Amino acid sequence: MNNELIVTSSPHVRARDSVQKIMWSVVIALLPAVFAAVYFFKARAISVILTAVAGAVLTEYIFQKIRKKQITLKDGSAVVTGLLLALTLPPAIPLWTAFFGSVVAIGLGKQVFGGIGQNPFNPALVGRAFLTAAYPVLMTTWTVDGVSSATPLSQMKMDGISTDSWNLFVGQIAGSLGETSALALLLGFAYLLYKGYVNWRIPLAMVGTVFLGSFAFGADPIFHLFAGGLMLGALFMATDMVSSPTTKLGRWIFGLGAGLLVVIIRLWGGYPEGVMYSILLMNTAVPLINRYTRPRSLGEVR
Amino acid sequence: MSLDLKQIVSDFKNGLWAENPIIRLVIGMCPTLAVTNTTENGLAMGLATSFVLVSSEIVISLIKKLIPANVRIPSYILIIATFVTFVDYFLKAFFPGIAASLSIFIPLIVVNCLILGRQEAFASKHSTPRAIADGIGMGLGFTWVLVLLGAIRELFGMGSIFGFTLLGEWYRPMVIMVLPAGAFITLGILVGIMNQISREGK
Repeated sequence: MNNELIVTSSPHVRARDSVQKIMWSVVIALLPAVFAAVYFFKARAISVILTAVAGAVLTEYIFQKIRKKQITLKDGSAVVTGLLLALTLPPAIPLWTAFFGSVVAIGLGKQVFGGIGQNPFNPALVGRAFLTAAYPVLMTTWTVDGVSSATPLSQMKMDGISTDSWNLFVGQIAGSLGETSALALLLGFAYLLYKGYVNWRIPLAMVGTVFLGSFAFGADPIFHLFAGGLMLGALFMATDMVSSPTTKLGRWIFGLGAGLLVVIIRLWGGYPEGVMYSILLMNTAVPLINRYTRPRSLGEVR
Repeated sequence: MSLDLKQIVSDFKNGLWAENPIIRLVIGMCPTLAVTNTTENGLAMGLATSFVLVSSEIVISLIKKLIPANVRIPSYILIIATFVTFVDYFLKAFFPGIAASLSIFIPLIVVNCLILGRQEAFASKHSTPRAIADGIGMGLGFTWVLVLLGAIRELFGMGSIFGFTLLGEWYRPMVIMVLPAGAFITLGILVGIMNQISREGK
């Protein structure tokens, strides 16, 4: 198979951007979040991230070897998946769990559907959803500086305690490795925007909906903006090129739906956090959204 | 009505693999997904369903000429329900533990589309010996997949098979495997593997 033919997703006009280039840019964009994770969670963060990335890359390699497909490790998509998964994991997670999560993410989330470009769901979130359902205790044990504590969202949900907005923004809180610092995530996202590799409609619609929605229902909008995985999810996971809509209107709808689901789960649901499920649920609606927002061809009468 | 042994053997083998109710026809999904959280439950459900399937195929193939075409479905259901009631009372009397863990899914065998489907597709058109062979084959085909599903889910979800602990203290059970989501994932992977096997066999 010819290398240029591996992924042919729209838009076809911008031929200069390859999958490889985009994926490695995403890796670069995630670096601030990685540094923040290392800063807040020390060596633990490094080992979890390295394990998850290694698991993702290894699984991708083995699957492609078995299926006798061309090995596409160079495109960096497995690295991105491993990295994203690691950033959604709690710092105290055992390393084998992180590794296993990556195996599920790439294996079940991506390769069984036929590899890159074929996955209906964001692979990293599939891995995380599986781990959450398989090991609920491990996935909800949060620590800061070796002391376990509740995340701001569960403090809010269980005890009604709010957290200082500045700490939320910078990341001095309990939570997953990469979700704590909104600042680092926004920095990385700005880089992707500058390179033009990312669509801004989904994050804007999603974050905006959460902001307005929580405000409308009487919750603290600033808190809900920066708490939990919203930034990570909206900026880097909902925007996954494969599992998000391809039309402009579709992206607005996608972001709006995901944002609404986040608000609903956070305010009335059984879980303190709902970003993961809201994105996965909206992923299922993507083919439908694409179909109904298909732009009219020139001269077409509907 | 001649007894063609070759035909009967092929009717029997049909359900085991080529037209396996679960991995090929993908029917009877409700008990398949709901009660295979342990090996024991899978086996009990498989055997109970097989009994109902074989018994009702016998009765229906015997009286197929007596049943008017426009009321055949209600008639089949009535016959099936009779045998399900047997199973229900039998399990409650002799295996109360299994009856309790299978609970509503025993009465629900009545509407298992595997059973009604085989009456409509096979028993109502073929001779009794062939219907028996089909019933046993389909029943065994259903049972072995349920047992395999149950074994995989129990092994990963609890670290045991048939209640015997196989994986030691070091193993951390995956809660998802005993939840419905685990059934979907396991069945999906299983069907994929089986498809691959039969594709390579060709």
